[in-house]
Amino acid sequence: MRTPLFTLVMLAVAAALYLSFRFVGNDYLFFLGYVVLQYVVIATAWNILGGYCGYVNFGSAGFFAIGVYSTIFFYNIGQAPEEVFPEFLLTPMKWIFPLPLPVLIVLGGVFAGLIGLGMGYLTLRLRGVFFAIATLALAVVLETFIVNWSFVGGSRGAYVIPPENIPVFGPFIQYLFVLMLLLAVASVVAARLIERSRLGIGFATIRDDELAAETSGVPTLRLKLIATVLSGALFGMAGAPFPFYIGYVEPNSAFNLSYAVNAIAMPMIGGTTSWVGPMIGALILSTLQQVVTVTISSAVNLLITGLLLIGFVILAPNGLIGLWHDWTGRRSKS
Amino acid sequence: MQFDLLINAIIAGLMLGAFYAAVTAGISISFGMLDIVNIAHPGFIVLGSYIAYIVNAQFGIDPIVIAILALPVFYAFGALIYGIYFQSFEKRGQDSMRGLAFFFGLLFVTEVGLIVAFGVDYRSVTTSYVGGSVNIGPMEFPLRMLVPAIVSLAMFAALQLFMTRTFIGRAVMAVSQDPQALELMAVDPTRIKRIAFSLSMATCAMAGAFLIVIQPVLPSSGREYIGRVFAVCVLGGLGSLPGTLIAALLIGVIESIVTTFYGPSWAPAVSFGLLLLTLAVRPSGLLGR
Repeated sequence: MRTPLFTLVMLAVAAALYLSFRFVGNDYLFFLGYVVLQYVVIATAWNILGGYCGYVNFGSAGFFAIGVYSTIFFYNIGQAPEEVFPEFLLTPMKWIFPLPLPVLIVLGGVFAGLIGLGMGYLTLRLRGVFFAIATLALAVVLETFIVNWSFVGGSRGAYVIPPENIPVFGPFIQYLFVLMLLLAVASVVAARLIERSRLGIGFATIRDDELAAETSGVPTLRLKLIATVLSGALFGMAGAPFPFYIGYVEPNSAFNLSYAVNAIAMPMIGGTTSWVGPMIGALILSTLQQVVTVTISSAVNLLITGLLLIGFVILAPNGLIGLWHDWTGRRSKS
Repeated sequence: MQFDLLINAIIAGLMLGAFYAAVTAGISISFGMLDIVNIAHPGFIVLGSYIAYIVNAQFGIDPIVIAILALPVFYAFGALIYGIYFQSFEKRGQDSMRGLAFFFGLLFVTEVGLIVAFGVDYRSVTTSYVGGSVNIGPMEFPLRMLVPAIVSLAMFAALQLFMTRTFIGRAVMAVSQDPQALELMAVDPTRIKRIAFSLSMATCAMAGAFLIVIQPVLPSSGREYIGRVFAVCVLGGLGSLPGTLIAALLIGVIESIVTTFYGPSWAPAVSFGLLLLTLAVRPSGLLGR
């Protein structure tokens, strides 16, 4: 399927989903759907670097939180512009702020992408393991900075008050849901596009044999940096609307380890080699998590996620997609 | 007054550093020598702390004695994990990405399992020396820090002696350099790696006991140590135990000075900042090969 057609199909599916949710008319569906879609974006973001290039990022929570805190930063400026800007700038700034949510999402993506660039530049020249360890470190460094930065709430946390209703969409959560839906469609389309382009082939050569790729003239460092920036930006964009969703953010919730675990578990369980895997993994796992959280407890839900991750990497290294291929392959042979 | 503060910060840092050395010793073996990136190590240390806590609460035995008794258990546990790791990843040549995800999953499951079992309350142990301290002039040595520091230095010395003086220890050093050559000498590299990995896991029992003597422990306490242990390990130079000790003491002292003069909320950034700096400037570390 060509990309424009595929985009249209995805948009049609998204529109059908939105309209059927509206038809049911229960706001809880939108709250639940938002989380599931957020994980589609996160899993896809992780897979661009992890699945395509083979570089493991443990710092997903950090990149996600950059998006979250960029929103809080600009929201706080919008709340009290007279404390931030000098007199002569105040009038134009009052005109610009408060920034609309789509702009905040783009800004979150830009900041997370920039941090990804800096961090990748420091560590991607080394073996992949060092990059993985450095990403673990990054999340903690960022959390320390946020805890000590009182403008964005520090360790006390920060409140973001979303408007009650919004034109066209009605309740604010529906607006958030549509934004996240579009973001999910965009990230899946982007992942598919990358996979089939020269860029994706370059990524695959890094994953399969970096040394051979380097000696054949593949600009590995540049490609890895591109992947880190793209992946980081998507994480940031997934995080940017989060303060409006949750209403109150503190470092512990923004840097929650469960983001890092889910970002790895979902693609691993779905299958890392194509765009389908992370999407399927995110849809199944996060729906399951929502059910378990409601019916049993959130600690048990995380335990199940961890055990599934371990089980899949040991027993089904190519994820659900791999299992599916094995099954259909065996059937066609017999 | 400021000078007293500095002296005491340095002393506290040295004791803290000795403890970090014990925490990192296992990583130095598994990551540095065997190339197994066991990021679950800090999680197993916290597991060690909880074992010390349970037995201490039940029978009132000293946590460090408990750790020594628990050594064989952790050794066997290490052998089990290495068995799974070898069969599923190392043998198939998939040890990089999936191996990392495996250990990350173990770390997470250990933490969440402890939360499910014990909740998110702080746990601590009672020993005769927790409250006391030794004073020499203006210098203060709290026993809560001093006892773990001394035992951990002893453990470190024993490990170093084992690695350099015994046949198996030398074989471990050799397996990190050239497993094939080892095989030609009729030594099974997998067996050597299993022994070494089990040893690294056994150090978790000790480090866990030290941890819970020094401070109350949460299921998530391990996470703070992930960056710290890798910072120490990389700064010291992969696979070098003396380097690890020097780096641990260095990071302990710097952290302690930062805590004293800038407040404890900045302390976690120290080791991570040093880690990033080391990776950027001198990836082979202080005493790297």
